[in-house]
Amino acid sequence: MSSSELAVSVRDVSKTYYIAPEAGRHSTIAETLVHRLRHPFERARKDIFQALTNVSFDINRGEIVGIVGRNGAGKSTLLKILSQITEPTSGEIKLYGRVGSLLEVGTGFHPELTGRENVYLNGAILGMSRTEINRHFDAIVEFAEISKFLDTPVKRYSSGMYVRLAFAVAAHLEPEILIIDEVLAVGDASFQKKCLGKMGDVAKGGRTVLFVSHNMTAVNQLCTQAIMLANGQVVKNGETTQVVTEYLKTGSEAGGEHAWTDANLAPGNDKIRLHAVRVVSRDEVTPEVDIDREISIEVDFWNLLPDNKNLCVNIYLLDAIGTVILSTANTPKSNSLPDDWFEHAHPAGLYRAVCTLPANFLNEGQHHISIYVVSLGPVVVHASALQVVSFNVFDTGAMREAGGTQWDGVVRPRLPWRTRLLQSTDKDVATPATSLTKSG
Amino acid sequence: MLNEGSTTALYAANHTDASLTQKEPYLVIKPTSGWQALQLGQIWRFKDLLVTLARRDVTLRYRQTALGVAWVVLQPLIAAGIFAFVFGVVAELPSGGTPYFVFSYAGLLGWNLFSTTMARASVSLTGNSQLISKVYFPRLILPLSGVFSTLLDFIVATVVMIVLMVFYQITPGMGLLLLPLWMSLITLLALGIGLTAAALAVSYRDVLHILPVMTQMILYASPVAYATVAVPEHLRPLYLLNPMANLIEAFRWSLLGTGQVSWKYMLGTIIVVGVVFIGGAFAFKRMERKFADVI
Repeated sequence: MSSSELAVSVRDVSKTYYIAPEAGRHSTIAETLVHRLRHPFERARKDIFQALTNVSFDINRGEIVGIVGRNGAGKSTLLKILSQITEPTSGEIKLYGRVGSLLEVGTGFHPELTGRENVYLNGAILGMSRTEINRHFDAIVEFAEISKFLDTPVKRYSSGMYVRLAFAVAAHLEPEILIIDEVLAVGDASFQKKCLGKMGDVAKGGRTVLFVSHNMTAVNQLCTQAIMLANGQVVKNGETTQVVTEYLKTGSEAGGEHAWTDANLAPGNDKIRLHAVRVVSRDEVTPEVDIDREISIEVDFWNLLPDNKNLCVNIYLLDAIGTVILSTANTPKSNSLPDDWFEHAHPAGLYRAVCTLPANFLNEGQHHISIYVVSLGPVVVHASALQVVSFNVFDTGAMREAGGTQWDGVVRPRLPWRTRLLQSTDKDVATPATSLTKSG
Repeated sequence: MLNEGSTTALYAANHTDASLTQKEPYLVIKPTSGWQALQLGQIWRFKDLLVTLARRDVTLRYRQTALGVAWVVLQPLIAAGIFAFVFGVVAELPSGGTPYFVFSYAGLLGWNLFSTTMARASVSLTGNSQLISKVYFPRLILPLSGVFSTLLDFIVATVVMIVLMVFYQITPGMGLLLLPLWMSLITLLALGIGLTAAALAVSYRDVLHILPVMTQMILYASPVAYATVAVPEHLRPLYLLNPMANLIEAFRWSLLGTGQVSWKYMLGTIIVVGVVFIGGAFAFKRMERKFADVI
């Protein structure tokens, strides 16, 4: 069996949605009939939304393919067509194997039914036969870690248990082609790890996985190929790191600043709204930063409630391929300065949290910033903005040796080095061996 | 190929061993238009889902109600009591010598099979929109699973019917052998209407408001609470054009031996049921591909 065996072939697939404009929409038969009688020769006015345009790609057996793209790029439509939920408007897809798709965790789960009943229900909905479910039942329960609550209605489950059980059922699907939409965004970190591991196993077993995610770290770790969609078209298809780099580059604001002018549209909730995120170097907002300058990341946010306590601003710094270089927050234990506001009730108003990264610390290249504003104990994420601003670190020559090339590594700090001569074998050399005697 | 225009022509061959012939895809997805084959083979492949969904409906219906299964029996018993009082005692309509209570219960037994099957089928798509927009399976599974859970209700209500017949010492004749036929015809007719309504309701929710009103009308236009003989003779040819009028009369005739089956009209009824059911199934299938986009 050759490794280049085809598993999925997509040719010129387009999907058009006809959206009736608000004025011409009839939701009752009577309205439609009356309209038809009044305007017998009118052709229906329809707004066209082109969700996918001539999408073509091939996927070989055993590949894990990441499908990336911004919201509205057409990822979900593509997955829906691949899993036969909706038809393409034109084009053709050939699938060389049984398809199982998981567009949602726990589809069809019913709160009144017990865990056991839901395993059978969900399994059947995902296309497993009863004998298949029986065969995997113990493994599912073990994977989900809920054996004690098997006969409890799932409405009494914690959200973590619920998600674990739902994923456990899906993880035991055995299709030759598995389609997964963003399901890893749920559950706690250790369970996510378990899920990622399970997906890796699936692919090692010779099966094919299509995986939509906004989590570039996961895509990088797992996927052997990636396809980037934008405006319903394939803009890049190939090696994962290249596609992820492209995705991150086109995604975030390149001007060094992202500001939300309309607070209602800004990321956040009724407690917190983001206002702006910017990169500041040499006292000005800039997307280009000298490697030997400090970098300040400023996060402006509105606190909408008086006396909001335990607010905490988190910054995630990503490199060009989405690897998290560091994450930091203004909590006392991770802060090298005393923070004026942390641990105090925040009166309503506009705040600015500033984090300063030292000079000579980041490596050259593109960097991306993700922001979370959360409150602690219990942790609630109020606002998040992923890969919202990017900046480029460039070397002015300050750290480049004569004719030197780039340094390898995620970070490139200037570290203290010292070289000493331990034992001279050349009698004639007096210096700099003298330093040895001095310091020794 | 069997159905050229089909979305999901299944090439079931060799899929268990993918290494065999890579040239043949397991599944080809392309746009379809117009009338489609029903693809009953697909439904057979998903039979476990059919059973599981029916089981879910039954479990849920009885888990949260205090009287549980008793409701299945109480509902027609109360209705039969009301009919017996209004039509038997107040209006003094004829019941062919059978106690009016048993008479109307037998009618309701057949009627509930019809109305419940139709009602469950009609909401099967809009009530499961979450499933439809997230998972693929033959959509016909949803209304069909409703039939199974309705049949269970029917069996429970039939047990009560048997008890009543023993109590009133009614012995059914050879007509009883035809009961499964009437049951099937009633179910198919209800399903045919329900499938059409379900498909229409995806785009036009008002179908779901019209249907109960229509159901009420058919109830009074059928011999559920009264006997066909109570209908003036000159109106009967018109009256018997209603397929449910024939089916309920025949249903009760099989159980109690009262009334009579007009075979001429029954032949017409069978044709109507066939047309309504097959038409409904194809209409459903035709609109199926739009469900996920519109719902």
